[in-house]
Amino acid sequence: MSVEKITMPQLGESVTEGTISSWLVGVGDQVNKYDPIAEVMTDKVNAEVPSSFTGKITELVANEGDTIEVGELICYIEVEGSSDTSSDAGSSNSDEQPKEETNEESKDQSMKKRYSPAVLKMAQEHDIDLNQVDGSGRGGRITRKDLEKLIQSDHVPSKSASKQEKSQTESFATPQQDVSKPADMPTTQAGDVEVPVSGVRKAIAQNMVKSTTEIPHAWMMVEVDVTELVNMRDELKDEFKRKEGFSLTYFAFFVKAVAQALKEFPELNSTWAGDKIIQKQDINLSIAVANDNQLFVPVIKNADEKSVKGIAKDIVDLATKARNGKLTNDDMQGGTFTVNNTGSFGSVQSMGVINHPQAAILQVESIVKRPVYMNGMFAARDMVNLCLSLDHRILDGLVCGNFLSRVKEILENMSKDNTSVY
Amino acid sequence: MPVMSYIQAVTQAMREEMQRDEKVFVLGEDVGKKGGVFKATDGLYDEFGEQRVIDTPLAESAIAGVGIGAAMYGMRPIAEMQFADFIMPAVNQIISEASRIRYRSNNDWSCPITIRAPYGGGVHGALYHSQSVEAVFANQPGLKIVMPSNPYDAKGLLKAAIRDEDPVLFFEHKRAYRLLKEEVPEDDYVIPIGKADVKREGDDITVITYGLCVNFALQAAEKLEEEGISTHILDLRTVYPLDQEAIIEAAKKTGKVLLVTEDNKEGSVMSEVSAIISENCLFDLDSPVQRLAGPDVPAMPYAHTMEKFFMVSPDKVEAAMRDLAEF
Repeated sequence: MSVEKITMPQLGESVTEGTISSWLVGVGDQVNKYDPIAEVMTDKVNAEVPSSFTGKITELVANEGDTIEVGELICYIEVEGSSDTSSDAGSSNSDEQPKEETNEESKDQSMKKRYSPAVLKMAQEHDIDLNQVDGSGRGGRITRKDLEKLIQSDHVPSKSASKQEKSQTESFATPQQDVSKPADMPTTQAGDVEVPVSGVRKAIAQNMVKSTTEIPHAWMMVEVDVTELVNMRDELKDEFKRKEGFSLTYFAFFVKAVAQALKEFPELNSTWAGDKIIQKQDINLSIAVANDNQLFVPVIKNADEKSVKGIAKDIVDLATKARNGKLTNDDMQGGTFTVNNTGSFGSVQSMGVINHPQAAILQVESIVKRPVYMNGMFAARDMVNLCLSLDHRILDGLVCGNFLSRVKEILENMSKDNTSVY
Repeated sequence: MPVMSYIQAVTQAMREEMQRDEKVFVLGEDVGKKGGVFKATDGLYDEFGEQRVIDTPLAESAIAGVGIGAAMYGMRPIAEMQFADFIMPAVNQIISEASRIRYRSNNDWSCPITIRAPYGGGVHGALYHSQSVEAVFANQPGLKIVMPSNPYDAKGLLKAAIRDEDPVLFFEHKRAYRLLKEEVPEDDYVIPIGKADVKREGDDITVITYGLCVNFALQAAEKLEEEGISTHILDLRTVYPLDQEAIIEAAKKTGKVLLVTEDNKEGSVMSEVSAIISENCLFDLDSPVQRLAGPDVPAMPYAHTMEKFFMVSPDKVEAAMRDLAEF
């Protein structure tokens, strides 16, 4: 019998701490290796901490609500037999393995911030931000050779660049500090409810401040006649639901149309990088999914390569995961443009805040029946507003107008005759 | 090019020097008719006669003393200690006389003697037949200590030692005598004393060592290469005075240094190498300087298991090298 420590695992490359939202086990509980023992909330995702050992929980060191640094102790577990497992895990892992999946091995980052003189010297000479470097040495230590390889590869994570960026946002964004520490602390009166700002809420707040202070937003809207699309979808939806087991939503068609138009207007599928604009090859569409008081933007990867059905399925999967708090880091990464389904709660017009560092966000509003004058008479048509917020550093009205026109054209020409959901 | 063992290379060097310069002569216990207990002087008695290959009494102080006197009078003696362990009675002669005479006489006198002695364990020899003694002499200015790691170096360095104008202690690893064989040129070549030699180029870790341990390190490096670990190996060849430039260069090359000696760890030659590295290479170091050496107990146990415990071996070197590479 020996008592082992379970520590806060690395839940993502950039994640440094996590908040224990709830314990799934209590003192005295018997757990198997890989069983979930706690739910942890980070500013990126909610995740479960798997047990590194089979044994009996002897002490919960961290309390619910505590924010614990990665690698810090959260509980003790009594393990039968010797402590072979832990030493095995340390020594047998000389090969480079994908970090994310080897939860157990990658969590030993005890040497990550122990820098040798050689490493410090090289970091200074080449202006390397060591926080952004992965170490291949024991306990995650950054070795001299890691830096030599990095310098040769020419992808040096520069300290001054990130500092510059930081100071830039800081100068733009004095209100940013208000997010965590308001200058004039509002007081609470009797009956008021205090909701602590933590985890995802904190991240949302910071991202919004960053987006609105750093990105000069401009806004435009077009009106689209989607009568044919509505007819088509009405005709297909019941059979689709029966065959596929999930609903065929309007939103999937809009995402499809946007992906198609982005292929023709790569200017909108881009990001601001200081002295240059990077136009992305992949079209990965972030979609906004809300859950009580939390907002997630999971990503439909390579939306341009998917059918309407494929997109509809991704939307259902991501939304389900978001509601259950099961979104992974991978689900959230790599978005290049955001499509926001504001129509789902009845909005007919809204101005989106751009999802930093993307170039634009498109809001799909409610589809409403309206009398429209066409072909010399009034007709009841299904109309929808598309609202686009754009980063005016990257984009101007003309290209965005053309883009919206193209989206409009695609949508208005979607009909049973020329569009397949498969 | 003939293949020679380490000891044949030693014999060959003495033969060539005795042929080249008639001032060169050999003295020691059983070096004459018997040709030495290890056969290092085999054939020299027959070739050069009893005047130049002299059997001495069992008195190491006298062997050193006679040699030193002859050297000061212009001869080129090669004195053999049957085992390095037996050198202790001659320490006063070597340190107080041989190493000091040039300084003490204001450069009027010198002492070009070579003292050969087999050192090292792994031969089931126990105390008196297995110890490393270089550290005893490695802080005596005026002395030079040479410890070759292979037959080629043994020949070139011994010839350099014999021709050197100052006293040289020449320690040969007795286990290497018949273990190491390689092609050795028959022509007259000399390897400069005081120069270390890169025996293998690499960029993950640096191993600095000398004597038989060089061979261990080379074996281990070969294995580690398959695991993707690249080893840089520096053979000191001369352990006093040290080739500081080469040590610094080798240490800076990888920033991860393992020092290997068969001698007891504390106060060994490697302690000095470590000090040189820390004085000069701080900002290139990527790990603490590591030493692999014998434990700090009297060498060498007689029981086979205990001898194995004491001795540095290819496996131990390999483990230490891997450990450092993973740091």
